[in-house]
Amino acid sequence: MTGPAALKTCDTVPSSKGASPKALTLKNILILGAVVAFFVWSYRGAEIHLSQLFSRDSFEQIVIYAKKLFPPDFSSVVIQEALKGTVETFAISFMGTLMAVTIALLIVFFASRNLIYSGLLYEMEPNKGWKRILRMVPYLIAKSLLNLLRTIPEMVWALIFVFLVGLGPFPGVLALGVHTGGVLGKLFAEVLEDVDSQPIEALQATGANRLQILFYGILPQVVPQFISYTLYRWEVNIRVAAVLGLVGAGGLGQRIHIAISLFLENQLLTFLIFIYALVTVTDYLSAYLRRRFI
Amino acid sequence: MNRLSPSSIRPSPKSHFPYLFAALFIVVFVDSWRRAGIDPTVFFEAKGRAALWKFLTGMFPPDLSWPFLSLMFRPTLETIQISLLGTIIAVMIGFPLSLLGTNSLIVRGILNDPELLGAPVRRTLRYALYFTARGLLSLFRSIPEFVWAFMFVRAVGLGPFPGVLAIGVAYGGMLGKVYSEIFEGVNHRPLEALQSLGANKLQIFFYGWFPQALPNFVSYTLYRWECAVRASAILGLVGAGGLGQQIEISMRMFNFSEVMTILIILFSMVAAVDYISAKVRALL
Repeated sequence: MTGPAALKTCDTVPSSKGASPKALTLKNILILGAVVAFFVWSYRGAEIHLSQLFSRDSFEQIVIYAKKLFPPDFSSVVIQEALKGTVETFAISFMGTLMAVTIALLIVFFASRNLIYSGLLYEMEPNKGWKRILRMVPYLIAKSLLNLLRTIPEMVWALIFVFLVGLGPFPGVLALGVHTGGVLGKLFAEVLEDVDSQPIEALQATGANRLQILFYGILPQVVPQFISYTLYRWEVNIRVAAVLGLVGAGGLGQRIHIAISLFLENQLLTFLIFIYALVTVTDYLSAYLRRRFI
Repeated sequence: MNRLSPSSIRPSPKSHFPYLFAALFIVVFVDSWRRAGIDPTVFFEAKGRAALWKFLTGMFPPDLSWPFLSLMFRPTLETIQISLLGTIIAVMIGFPLSLLGTNSLIVRGILNDPELLGAPVRRTLRYALYFTARGLLSLFRSIPEFVWAFMFVRAVGLGPFPGVLAIGVAYGGMLGKVYSEIFEGVNHRPLEALQSLGANKLQIFFYGWFPQALPNFVSYTLYRWECAVRASAILGLVGAGGLGQQIEISMRMFNFSEVMTILIILFSMVAAVDYISAKVRALL
């Protein structure tokens, strides 16, 4: 499971380790049984039934709706609106990602263990006990802040920011920036904790201080990966920015929201075509930039 | 010393790309700033500050009263169920399309070469099938699940159904793409061995291809299910059932303590699902 395909829209990055076969012990069987029981319980607990889902009725309703979408409305007014929405979506994702990088870079140096309290940089420190604990405080604060930012989904952030600053693209930028800031912060911290220690040791041996080690030993190692993760998140953010408008935060989503709410299905199809084009172009652009920089 | 600095190790920097890129970046930045209506002063004006204050103080303490919690029980279950059924439908959509959309299963490779090398018409037909499947997968996954959900809400009405369908279609596209990548990536030696033993196509597929791909399949599907739980929890913001709908209602009523509670439920639910999924994946 490597490569960007494995990390499409969901936040977490799947582990690249292959699953290793495990013995079928009694404990494992019990866990599996518990999971199945949980599924059955959740299925019975809520009121959705598969038969209803696959009924002729709902299928027909979908077909009727799909027919209404055609033909797409290509009148110049709609095209202009769609273009405006597309550019706005791009702008939201761009500014949101920049804001996210800023937030992540502000927090991440406090949130990686080897930079703030343990490891090579601090092994020479004489008075380890209470100083170490003192250093752990900013680490824990930074970590939990990143967790908080990351845990709340973009859409919920958008809803919150729409309440705080009003409708329009600005709350979308804030929502993307805050949530993605948490995600990038976590990813950046993992990269920082994973740096090769040999250059650092070499620098330390030549008498470099901590700041020098950071700038000449650590940052050159991590910047390519920072850029790569940022581009990947930007790609994700374009998709998200396209739908943030459904809760009132600008971009193509807002046009889609209006088109769906006012039963303007032909316009809706035009906007859908634009979303499709935007997402596809972004994928190619992002792949190109990745090749160029990394 | 200078000779060893990183800049002298790099290939000759004669390209204009960095300058062009910097110029483009600045232009895009300025234009985006304007278009995105960025206005940081909002938070410092009296109105913005008041809203922020109202929100922050409203969130604490979270509403943990029993009536509200018991009211949230159903939507939580519903969210899990939407994700579960949605993932099942996604597999049902993604798996067949991934078979058709795998080059080495449908057009090239040892399954087809003996048959198709001398038959251009049949080869073209197979290619048509291949590109149709690929196109459908790309269409399904390129339209975000939120938009699918909103359209299905219009088509089949409010409630959990549109959520299930939206996750099924959008994740079907993603699963299909990854499945076909897994199919492409299997080791071809066993397949050749099977073929030289005289196994037919179906046998090669079921004894050579499928067993190799299965662990990755299950692992990736479980991972997608985790994503589906997060997605279905917020699909309700457009009326597709689950916890999202409750968030929207509470937000509209300015009941921020309830929002806080739902966020806590959401967080614990996602953590629990991640834990379960990791446990199951460890069994594979």
